Amino acid sequence: MSADSYEDVATGKNDTIPALEVPPQDLYHAKSFITRWIFCQDAKVIGIQYAITAVSIGLVALVLSWMMRLQLAFPELVPFLGPAEYYQFVTMHGMIMVVYLLTALFLGGFGNYLIPLMVGARDMVFPYLNMVSFWVYFLAVLVLVTSFFVPGGPTGAGWTLYPPQAITSGTPGGDGLGIVLMLISLSIFVVGFTMGGLNYVLTILQARTRGMTLMRMPLTVWGIFTATILALFAFPALIVSCIMLTLDSLLGTSFFMPAIIEFGEQSEHSGGSPILFQHLFWFFGHPEVYIVALPAFGIVSDLISVHARKNIFGYRMMVWAIVIIGALSFVVWAHHMYVSGMNPWFGFFFATTTLIIAVPTALKVYNWVITLWRGNIRLTIPMLFALAFIVTFVNGGITGLFLGNVIVDVPLSDTYFVVAHFHMVMGIAPVLVIFGAIYHWFPLITGRFLHEGMGKFHFWITFLGSYLIYFPMHYLGFVGVPRRYYEMYESPFIETSTVSLNQFITIAAITVGLAQVLFLYNIITSSKFGKKAKRNPWEACSLEWQTADVPPTHGNFGAELPIVYRWAYDFSVPGAKEDFIPQNIAPSEVPDARVEKT
Amino acid sequence: MKKKESIFQLLTQKPWDPAQIKIDNMHDGVTIDLNKGKLGLRFIMFVSTIFFCLFIVTYSDRMVYPDWQRMPEPWLLWINTIILCFSSVVFINAQIKSKKNQFYTVKNRLLLIGFLAFAFLIGQLLVWQQLITNGYYVSDNPSNAYFYVFTSLHALHLLGGLVYWIITLRKVWNPRDIVIQKVKHTVELCAIYWHFLLAVWLVLFGLMLFS
Repeated sequence: MSADSYEDVATGKNDTIPALEVPPQDLYHAKSFITRWIFCQDAKVIGIQYAITAVSIGLVALVLSWMMRLQLAFPELVPFLGPAEYYQFVTMHGMIMVVYLLTALFLGGFGNYLIPLMVGARDMVFPYLNMVSFWVYFLAVLVLVTSFFVPGGPTGAGWTLYPPQAITSGTPGGDGLGIVLMLISLSIFVVGFTMGGLNYVLTILQARTRGMTLMRMPLTVWGIFTATILALFAFPALIVSCIMLTLDSLLGTSFFMPAIIEFGEQSEHSGGSPILFQHLFWFFGHPEVYIVALPAFGIVSDLISVHARKNIFGYRMMVWAIVIIGALSFVVWAHHMYVSGMNPWFGFFFATTTLIIAVPTALKVYNWVITLWRGNIRLTIPMLFALAFIVTFVNGGITGLFLGNVIVDVPLSDTYFVVAHFHMVMGIAPVLVIFGAIYHWFPLITGRFLHEGMGKFHFWITFLGSYLIYFPMHYLGFVGVPRRYYEMYESPFIETSTVSLNQFITIAAITVGLAQVLFLYNIITSSKFGKKAKRNPWEACSLEWQTADVPPTHGNFGAELPIVYRWAYDFSVPGAKEDFIPQNIAPSEVPDARVEKT
Repeated sequence: MKKKESIFQLLTQKPWDPAQIKIDNMHDGVTIDLNKGKLGLRFIMFVSTIFFCLFIVTYSDRMVYPDWQRMPEPWLLWINTIILCFSSVVFINAQIKSKKNQFYTVKNRLLLIGFLAFAFLIGQLLVWQQLITNGYYVSDNPSNAYFYVFTSLHALHLLGGLVYWIITLRKVWNPRDIVIQKVKHTVELCAIYWHFLLAVWLVLFGLMLFS
């Protein structure tokens, strides 16, 4: 045997690791209720604050979607909802869900809670800045909510906020404070996120524990890390477009506003380029899809591995795929603009890059499925959600391939097919991961399980219900039902069956929404009365489950930081007594484990 | 001494390989050989650079439209630029003095830098006043709008720098209270940011001057 054999590792020759002299991190230990729970510097509390705020504003967006669905199917039930309100609800629903819920929850919520724990750090590298980051995000949400109460209401420009219509008087909230508050809120959000992103990146790069190399990190951390890098490149485009559009709206500049006649009068603007806004917006907007998707990819990889008791198939390939998807996500943005009148060669380029990005994405799907192959699959609730994610993501992804082709996109672009596509791929799929992740890490956060019966009911209603909502929408799109329309009624141009189908979709949407109320009830009751969880109840290998206390206290790891000896996927190792070996278990503690045969 | 590895070497590591396990077990968990303050500052400068680059891209896109009318550059802008350059030079001197533990001089230099920064900001406001008096309003022409946007955003960054300048000044004011190394470190970070702001201004000013 060579010196580099597994025997050396197993017999403990690698256990003699010299002590690492690292100055202890200065942590601010809270002394009062306010500094412990409100202006708190502990990343775990900040993560929960992010999650509560994001879910709260997400519930508002959920109710808005109910209103929209009722208007489309049973308008007599929502007589207060006129065209202006409909467009305002569409806009706020979209923006809240994409930015204020999904982005904030994945990066602010899971990022804060999991990064320090998973990499073996005591906290984020800049805890104070981390706290400020949350409160800036909170301010952004407050400004957004304020727009509901100003004269003229919130903006109804659609979540893409395209000028010129976003700031013209015919658009709801266009000539009032609605659009301005939305733009200011987004700008504040970006500032807050940059503070948070600084922490996520630096903690992952610089504050990992001894032995935790980048290639030993769980894929959850890789997903959040890459998504944060993407956000740091992409969000400046959003803030730049927000600043310029705010100036067009308030000061009458013409960055994006062309000369137009508004209600018979020549507007004060001239010469601006609306297409420039679209480029800027989608330079942010498309990476935004992956800012949401990459953390979901990472988390689902870990859920599948833990609950299938098998190491993730092709770990390195999974990391590469995350990085490649991240890089490619910056060269596909104009596939959202095929109908903007762009040069056909431009469209050809972006169609090609869009199809290329499907390769690493498909690779990830294959690896998830191969991980399941011959695994010891435990059909726990997190696993159910993870499996549902794979199916949903494949469904949504395939329709993405349709829409990535210019010739297919052009006729489908303004139909419900697009609504179905993006809800499946970046609405339902990431939300399924969020649910799976909450069921998975709830025992760590509270020390208790969520109620299983309620959880399974919640899963099946959510999973099947989502398909009942969005599958028919594909059909609606194919038969030509246009999206963005306030009223749906029988017309000679559209099949009459679409009317009853719309009613069916609405009933399904309300049912799925109500199932989320049950989920919230489960969270509230289980956090107090749920079945107590033993330490590391899922028998996972990653460090967050190896803390001295459960739930982990401030500082995470007690007196000494853990030392990492292996990757996070040593499941079902031949020769080992148990079917998992945590990352901080030294080789000499599992001498018979044949890691090389895993 | 940390062994440097490229991103490709890093991504091709096999964490399950016995030879790699030995190396990995000794890893101290730090990727880049820089302290968190410097790295954090680089990070902020990186995001700011993207921010300004995107503005520059939109500027170059917008300026090719026929309605673009070049704006005059008031001579006061040159004075302001010299003030900013001078403040950067003073900061270099402050850094040198800080390395020699001459904190009394550093304090004086910092006060001078603060004065110069405020002089720059007031100078920019005077430029605005001068342009408005001459009828160059923000909404008249995209070139005017970009001028006001660039100067405002740069001033905002400078105001952010002044917040850190106050923190630095407080530390330098009474360096015995805290570790000397930390004081030096703070001075160094503040100086780097100051030079960055000068570079940003020179690029923006040059862009407006030569385009």
